[in-house]
Amino acid sequence: MASLWAKVLGAGAVIVAIGAGIAWALTKPDPHPESYWAGLGEPDLASGEQLFWAGGCASCHAAAGAQGDALKVLSGGRALPTAFGTFHIPNISPDAQAGIGNWTLAEFGNAMTRGVGPDGEHLYPSFPYGSYARLSAGDINDLFGYLKTLPASSNVAPPHELQFPYNIRLAVGGWKYLYFNDRPRVQLASADEKVRRGQFLVEGPGHCGECHTPRDALGGFQPDRWLAGGPNPEGRGSIPNITPGSQTMGSWSEGDIVSYLETGFTPDFDSVGGSMVEVQQNVAHLPKSDLEAIAAYLKAVPPVK
Amino acid sequence: MRLRSYVIAAGAACLCLSAAFAQEGPIAARQALMKANGQAAGALGAIAKGEKPYDAATVRSALTTISTDMKAFPDQFPAGSDTGKTKALPAIWQNPDGFRALSAKLASEAEALVATLPADRAGVGAALGRLGPICSECHKTYRAPAN
Repeated sequence: MASLWAKVLGAGAVIVAIGAGIAWALTKPDPHPESYWAGLGEPDLASGEQLFWAGGCASCHAAAGAQGDALKVLSGGRALPTAFGTFHIPNISPDAQAGIGNWTLAEFGNAMTRGVGPDGEHLYPSFPYGSYARLSAGDINDLFGYLKTLPASSNVAPPHELQFPYNIRLAVGGWKYLYFNDRPRVQLASADEKVRRGQFLVEGPGHCGECHTPRDALGGFQPDRWLAGGPNPEGRGSIPNITPGSQTMGSWSEGDIVSYLETGFTPDFDSVGGSMVEVQQNVAHLPKSDLEAIAAYLKAVPPVK
Repeated sequence: MRLRSYVIAAGAACLCLSAAFAQEGPIAARQALMKANGQAAGALGAIAKGEKPYDAATVRSALTTISTDMKAFPDQFPAGSDTGKTKALPAIWQNPDGFRALSAKLASEAEALVATLPADRAGVGAALGRLGPICSECHKTYRAPAN
């Protein structure tokens, strides 16, 4: 009898082990190989700076209230409240101890595009690598090169304060299995160069969908409501729908959108507000052709009511 | 007994209604001020964009409206006017000094622009470039995104 029990237990253990093995295989951190990041040559710093403004790095990583040149000191330390707990934004300045001064291009690139930290751990998607995954290796090389030219800060941010089970990093692997990919968010009929550029900027570095697309209970985007707005995760009010079906923005022309991103004024001369203030001030650094591309893309996405 | 409870209920309803009117007062007043500000900025914007020709009287009147409105604006937020159909955030009542400082900053900036009146289309655009960031600075902290 004892041997039968042993067999049952043994078989059970094998099944659990296989299950765990499959789960691990599906959800383990999955960085790009070293070779993916090799031979990229000298970074184009001007392109890196554009990606810095398009990506809004400073909106989270600069000190709260920073303006002007202080936006380039990426000392971290701001708190990001979410339904899962409070994230404390890390220092990504070139400081060797407190920042990312000792990171390799591969470490930086895998954090940005694969959500994998320098110790091979999953990063939380509050850092929007789900969008940044659309940056090419060359883009990452340019951005990394530019970030290295910015001032170092020795500020050390406190650790995240997350509720169970969100404090288990392994669980992020499950989230990635469900939601993480670098495919286009929407299929566009138009193959127009300008719209494609807008798609890259909005879906990639701009990470507009991170706020403007509603999420399901596990924090993944509702794919049929891309850019359709939703409740404000930071408190009162709501994030507007920015598709052509929007009640507020649907009637704006492409020129109106460009003017809003340039100046912060809506067509009826209300001003930008909330978290969008910093976004607008960042993207205002982009060339006008990029703002026109963003506007063209926003007019090309499926209208959602 | 029955009659008495009706009377009490009616009295309670009256109290609620008058409380509602009391709240609508400042909310309606501050929204009217902001609407006038938006129209003033719109008049400047139309000139800056070249949709309307430059007109000194229009520019002076728009800037004066903004300056006057912004002096009155922070007084429209009495205690208890934080609920209802309003985008006003609790930060207004938590940090009234900061809120008043930004209102005053916009008022004095607009006043300074009246004194040195922008002389052409480019000047009006530059004036908007000075006023706009103060608008958004305040809307960033003290106003909720859409209802």
